Amino acid sequence: MNRRDFLKLSLRGFGAIALAKGLDEIFRPVAGHASLKSLRWVFLIDTYKCIGCGFCVKACKLENEIPFEANVSRTWVERYVVTKEGKVFADTPQEARNGFISGRVDLGMGRYKDIPKETIDKAFFVPKLCNQCEKPPCVQVCPVGATYQTADGVVLVDRKWCIGCGYCIMACPYGMRFFHPVYHVAEKCNFCYHRITQGMKPACVLACPMGARKIGNMKDLVDPVTKIIRTQRVEIHKGEYGTKPQVYYLGLSEEVR
Amino acid sequence: MHVLRPLYVVLALAGMILIARIFVVPNDFGIHEKGYMYGWYRKANESEWKALGVKYQGKEYCMDCHAQQEKEVRSSRHNIIECENCHGPALEHPSDPQKLTIDRSRELCLRCHTYLPYPTSKRAEMKGIDPDQHNPGGECVGCHNPHQGSKPQRRSR
Repeated sequence: MNRRDFLKLSLRGFGAIALAKGLDEIFRPVAGHASLKSLRWVFLIDTYKCIGCGFCVKACKLENEIPFEANVSRTWVERYVVTKEGKVFADTPQEARNGFISGRVDLGMGRYKDIPKETIDKAFFVPKLCNQCEKPPCVQVCPVGATYQTADGVVLVDRKWCIGCGYCIMACPYGMRFFHPVYHVAEKCNFCYHRITQGMKPACVLACPMGARKIGNMKDLVDPVTKIIRTQRVEIHKGEYGTKPQVYYLGLSEEVR
Repeated sequence: MHVLRPLYVVLALAGMILIARIFVVPNDFGIHEKGYMYGWYRKANESEWKALGVKYQGKEYCMDCHAQQEKEVRSSRHNIIECENCHGPALEHPSDPQKLTIDRSRELCLRCHTYLPYPTSKRAEMKGIDPDQHNPGGECVGCHNPHQGSKPQRRSR
């Protein structure tokens, strides 16, 4: 064998190895893909059913150890009152952790407004929680890999890894994230990950007396919640951001921001 | 060559960082199922979240011992309300805590029973009162038995 033949042969050999390695990288099934195919947590909120009792917020704060008197919460309930004049009043007094026990709408800065029954065109409650987006911007911006999306679609925060820079809090178009007053790291709703992974409902779903909050598995076609999302006219928040939120609403209105 | 000395320093620093990285970064930190953009994290954190203790145990948990009270509530409209919404999260009750703190406040009842005339919301259909007119300041449980929601009878004392 001369030098030319030797070089040709070795180049071909290397090429073959590189090709095989590349194909393997592309087509090898990734570990965990099985769970990715069979489970995707989604949420469904029926705003027609919500009565604004705020038991969901209370249960969430106690279940997830968010100091009750602190004005931050993983979930909250908003009230929208639209008058015949077309004015929109919206409030969420203390995230509705004590419910809506008065007809006076909180305008902020200590001002309240009584809205007479005759002037109301429509009024309703909208519970809010993390959308567990399919494309979460809060995860993209994390500089240290402290927040991530699990294979079943829930976005979690690693409290040991978070440096508290606050990028994710700025990035969320829904304002779902906040600083935990005790741990001083980014905090958010995670559908009560410790409960759903052992077959329990999230605390807010359990506490809701009206069945306005429901959780389901988008990959399970016989799941009743998934069936509603697939067959009925559901709406999402701020679809224009392209984050693909996974909390679906029945009876959302254009006044809801 | 003395002009290259800073380069050696930089190279040494880079090398030290690479070595320190082996010890500081945990083995399970890296790119997982969802790829680089969404799945770059410390895998062990998933199980840390899963290991959190459950506080709200649900009605079935209460029923194991308090079957009598459950029976009492079942015939009432308040059957749709979780015990723990008023009695507080069970946690590890009966061992810890041994007794739950019941919220008997007027404000708790008003969460649902302040009348709010909101069309297209179920709230308008709730049996509600004007808290400023209906025995202001009084405790609801003085007259109403919360376990008998459908029958607004006077409670025997």
